[in-house]
Amino acid sequence: MVPAMALIGVFLVFPALWTLYLALTNYRLTGLSAAHPSFVGASNYSQAITGGDFAHSLVITLVYVFGSAAIGQCVLGFALAWKFREWRSRFRRVVEALVIVAWIIPSSVVAYLWIAYLQGSIGPLVESGTLDTVLGVHTNWLSQFPLLSLVIFNIWRGTAFSMLLFGAALQSIPPSYLEAAKLAGASGWQQLRDVVLPRTKGYVLTTLLLVSLWTFNDFTPYLLTGGGPSNQTEVLPVYVYQQAFQQGSLGYGAAISVVMLLINLLIALVYIRMLKERR
Amino acid sequence: MAATDSPGSPGALRSPGPKGSAGRPARPVNWAVRAVAGRVSFYFFVALVTVFFALPLTWLVLAPFEAHPTFVAGLSQPTLSNFATIFDDPGVLVSLRNSLILALATMVVVVACAAFAAYALSRVRIAGRDIMLYVLLLFSSVVSGSAAMVPLFLLVFDLHLINSLTGVILVLAGGLLPAAIFILKDFMDSVPTSYEESARVFGASPFQILRDIVSPLVRPGLAVIAVWAIVQVWGNFLIPFILLRSSSLTPGAVEIYSFYTSGGSVNLALISTFSLIYTIPVVVMYLFVQKRYGFRFHGGIKR
Repeated sequence: MVPAMALIGVFLVFPALWTLYLALTNYRLTGLSAAHPSFVGASNYSQAITGGDFAHSLVITLVYVFGSAAIGQCVLGFALAWKFREWRSRFRRVVEALVIVAWIIPSSVVAYLWIAYLQGSIGPLVESGTLDTVLGVHTNWLSQFPLLSLVIFNIWRGTAFSMLLFGAALQSIPPSYLEAAKLAGASGWQQLRDVVLPRTKGYVLTTLLLVSLWTFNDFTPYLLTGGGPSNQTEVLPVYVYQQAFQQGSLGYGAAISVVMLLINLLIALVYIRMLKERR
Repeated sequence: MAATDSPGSPGALRSPGPKGSAGRPARPVNWAVRAVAGRVSFYFFVALVTVFFALPLTWLVLAPFEAHPTFVAGLSQPTLSNFATIFDDPGVLVSLRNSLILALATMVVVVACAAFAAYALSRVRIAGRDIMLYVLLLFSSVVSGSAAMVPLFLLVFDLHLINSLTGVILVLAGGLLPAAIFILKDFMDSVPTSYEESARVFGASPFQILRDIVSPLVRPGLAVIAVWAIVQVWGNFLIPFILLRSSSLTPGAVEIYSFYTSGGSVNLALISTFSLIYTIPVVVMYLFVQKRYGFRFHGGIKR
């Protein structure tokens, strides 16, 4: 038990606490303040609030999280689990395997896969990707619709988790309940609302929580777009990376990290509250 | 398929009275039409989903076998030569070796530490144990990622482990441990304590109990943790990306990124072939766990 707690303590709990201190300094990657960082109080935070970059990143991140995780992955994952629940066919396993493969492939592989997929022809020398060829258009998705592309990408990437968890949730409902509702003439929609949702609320909230947290902290957008074009996809993790490691402002990066941690905490608290209310 | 029924006909749940067909002769026809329409829209949904998920994957599957791959998935000149030439690239074998070292070493650390910790947590009653585990689990899914990259970098730097595989292994293990303990504790809880008590009666030491009684019983759990840890490390990009500097240490996940960002035109044959090679172990291990142990890892949560 001791080694595990030591590792967790040193590499998980301590960094989180240290961030709180670092955020109050002008620590830099190189130069004078790298050797002798000085205490600057809350100036990193005021810089974050008054400069527009942070607010911009925050808005983009929220769009990314709500669009791709809370709505996209959860709705599609639930739809798949619900529609497939009684489907006895070999093809069902094929479809599910496709969804799961999209989820387990390493993220740098997935990132380039989508760069190739969404490639638009820039000139006569560069051909379009598969999507443009199939649709018969000439759109450079990642530069013309960067945020939308990322949202769609992340739905593709992460729906498997919701599908698997909701699949397990639906199995926990006794089939007789649904049969009874069906005999009573309930439509599919009514069965969902009156039988399924009340009994799977815990699963739904847990899934929402985890998927939102993962997406909020997801660094994969960096692999696809590097934050560009012109900051349009600079979600908070990418913003922290660029500020801390490319601009070298470790202190400022730490301050943004603290804000991210607080938002994570807030998301978690909201869901835990909702979970408690249910009981 | 009921799911495509119209959301109309309100109150059907509340008025489940007998739907006598005597008064409404059109009813059976209506049902048949609805059933067919439901079937059709169901398969339409299946087709859409299949295309949505399969289309991006086609390139990964086809391009490595294409003599001159483009961005469009296709197979005009099938060949296996890409797999032979890819190893001419100096980074390929080195990065695969690094990935393997990182994945296996992290797996060993995680499995060993998690096994002892989960056993202790499962057998000893500590107040607030479950809450602590749950908090740590939430914490790990947040902190081990991007929100802590600055302190993790500085911590590893101060420990003089920057640009070393050891630093990456320790950071990754610390991040994976809470979830590993969480999963493993479930398995430990299902082992009856009476086995251990009778072993103790016969004079077995605590270590012998753990080795001879508990570990065989929780072997599926250990295997799941092991595979899960390997898959997580294999695909992790951020931690090695910020902690490693020299190209002789970078794992495959970072190497792929450098293939398409290091400037010049991207070698599509190289990147697609390496991507496929890098993907296969993960998929194989996933299938292995699913076949052998019958359940899927839910990204750290088993519920």
